[in-house]
Amino acid sequence: MIWQLDIVILTLVIICGIGAITVKDLLGAAILFGAYSFMMCLLWSIMGAVDVAFTEASVGAGVSTVVFVAAVFRTSRRSKD
Amino acid sequence: MEDVISFVISKYNYWCYIVLLMIGLYAMIVKNNLVKKIIGMNIFQTAIILFYVSISVKKEGTLPTIIIDPVTGTHTARAADYINPLPHVLMLTAIVVSVATLGIALALAIKIYKEYDTLEEDEIFAQIRKK
Repeated sequence: MIWQLDIVILTLVIICGIGAITVKDLLGAAILFGAYSFMMCLLWSIMGAVDVAFTEASVGAGVSTVVFVAAVFRTSRRSKD
Repeated sequence: MEDVISFVISKYNYWCYIVLLMIGLYAMIVKNNLVKKIIGMNIFQTAIILFYVSISVKKEGTLPTIIIDPVTGTHTARAADYINPLPHVLMLTAIVVSVATLGIALALAIKIYKEYDTLEEDEIFAQIRKK
């Protein structure tokens, strides 16, 4: 495990997480959540959990984002907070 | 005092996981929009999965695969060299469960939107009280 890379990606994960819950546009929040999931996948491949990283990249960053975007298109895109 | 500071800094990853957990919890409790609440729930779940995976990390550890020596044809497997794979397998299940909960939560949110024509929690409560 390379700790410099670990720290950089951990900060990116936290920034993406905060961004995903503060952005007022729900489509932007969904895309930021996809970025969050992908950063999480990188973090797991750094830790040596490649099986978990594979699953997260396909299921978390792929399917979740698509499902979120589909749900946002079927409902409203605006959010008050 | 220096011991305490070095202890805190050396466990930096756990502090980051706590921050992520608190972000998810905050979004689930405070945010008014249902989609934001679902995003918060997912952040909470991934933070817990991250914690479990980070338990299994070992310094100088490799993946649990058997390496066959090309010269002698024998293979050596020393368990002390390997990263603990048990938390990985457990968390694989947890990721699949989190996607299932995400799908159901979004389906319920779409149903609620069709019924009340809004995703904001306070407006939904106001409409329920009016009925």
